[in-house]
Amino acid sequence: MALDVGKKDQPEIDPALREQLAGLDALELGGATAKAGPARRVWSALWPIVTAVAISLLAWQAVVWSGWKETYVLPGPGDTLPEFWDQMTKGSFWEAVALTLRRAVVGFALSIVIGTVVGGLVSQSRILRRAFGSLITGLQTMPSIAWFPLSILLFKLSEGAILFVVVLGAAPSIANGLIAGVDYTPTILLRAGKVMGLRGVNLYRHLVLPASLPTFVAGLKQGWAFAWRSLMAGELLVVFGDTTSLGVLLSQARELADTPAVISYMIVILIVGIIIDQLFGFADRALRRRWGLERG
Amino acid sequence: MTQADTAAPSRTAAAVRLSGVSKAFGSGAGALLALDQVSLDVAPGEFVCLLGASGCGKSTLLNLVADLDKPSAGSVDIGNARVALMFQEPALFPWLNVTSNIELALKMRGVPRDERRARAAELLESVHLGGFAKKRPHQLSGGMRQRVALARALALTVDDSGGQRGTVLLMDEPFGALDAMTRDLLHDEIERIWRERELTVLFVTHNVREAVRLGDRVVLLSSRPGRVIEEFPVTMDRPRRIDAPDVSALAATITDRLREEVGRHGA
Repeated sequence: MALDVGKKDQPEIDPALREQLAGLDALELGGATAKAGPARRVWSALWPIVTAVAISLLAWQAVVWSGWKETYVLPGPGDTLPEFWDQMTKGSFWEAVALTLRRAVVGFALSIVIGTVVGGLVSQSRILRRAFGSLITGLQTMPSIAWFPLSILLFKLSEGAILFVVVLGAAPSIANGLIAGVDYTPTILLRAGKVMGLRGVNLYRHLVLPASLPTFVAGLKQGWAFAWRSLMAGELLVVFGDTTSLGVLLSQARELADTPAVISYMIVILIVGIIIDQLFGFADRALRRRWGLERG
Repeated sequence: MTQADTAAPSRTAAAVRLSGVSKAFGSGAGALLALDQVSLDVAPGEFVCLLGASGCGKSTLLNLVADLDKPSAGSVDIGNARVALMFQEPALFPWLNVTSNIELALKMRGVPRDERRARAAELLESVHLGGFAKKRPHQLSGGMRQRVALARALALTVDDSGGQRGTVLLMDEPFGALDAMTRDLLHDEIERIWRERELTVLFVTHNVREAVRLGDRVVLLSSRPGRVIEEFPVTMDRPRRIDAPDVSALAATITDRLREEVGRHGA
């Protein structure tokens, strides 16, 4: 047998090999790309948004100019923005925003807990994933406003009625994110994990959960969008006591035929939605960049 | 046997012993026979290259040795050797940096926490990546990732004194996705590590020159089903160059034999 051929003791670690490897490593990694200054980066992120806002305002103004509706029914940006600013400086307005955001946070937090628990349980087995996966996706596509009649019957006109629908809107997306993440854990990583002896709890802790994190965050992002929509629907439909929320302000303004106020509140709702969505987008991108899933 | 001093009775003489191993996937008429009556002994410290065209069951064979799968017939005996497996993809965990990837392997191997860092540093140093411990896998080149994967594979098999005696390293086309330049350097690397750590290597490839460059022995497998059709001892002195005339000559002989086997499927 030829097994000892060439296994003579030779001087170990050829310095030339070491050097060549280091050289190749350096070449393959390439030079670091220059990073733009902070001002430049802010500007490059900002100008598309500024342009989009400008174009929207212009389009709005164009519709007003066209004379499609009387200006007391559809006022232009020139009449609305001062009203918007007026609202922004009022304490009662901020109280309403605070109540709405508190409901959003409570509802979303509850959705995360329920979505994660349900997703975690369902993702345990392939059979459960098949059985409940399509049901959860079905819940996800169901318009949350359709839940309100039942919700009002169950909880009367109360915080509970709103919360119930917010959770039903958001939790399926969050659960689905987790299930999809577990389902699509790359097979090659699972194989590597198996070789390493990862099993049971360790398999989940060291491999499946971290691997499903980006999909889970995407689920959270979508869940937030559904929670915010359901909450607005809820605040318009479920009005009780003398609570003042964004939804209540919105429907009051409609009753008074105060279009500038209606549009102002809508702008606030839009902005809150965008800001929170951006936060999730930021978390998502940071995660992907860290993992090298996309070049930042 | 040349290693008479370590060779106790013939049962322990081989680091890996496959006896009449068959593996079928599925059952009944649709069953696919991946391996058919494969018998192969790999001596301790031997570097064996398994060569074959597509469908020769190379990867199946490694899975059987790694105990990731069970043979349909025959037996696989690796004694009390520890087995490490490396794939064509580095399969590093992207959420962990380089050193944490290796430390996780050490953890699963049962190395106490306070020793892991030093062990991981030592392993990284041995693949010449000491300076990259804090990088994430995606920040490294393909060749560097594959070296990290090698370090991780070795981490799974260190014994309590940090040695590697009795380790069977299974490599499934580990350099298949790399460019020729990188592959060439990694051939030198794997040869050095094999010698230093006294590993037993079972190396699967479809690159004939690579097999001749690295192996003490090249085992040629047929395709569908996989059978051992011929073995070629490689007796050239190490280190060999992949472009050396005697390496090329043997590679040509093996390639002819391989083509003959592949042609059989086209007839």
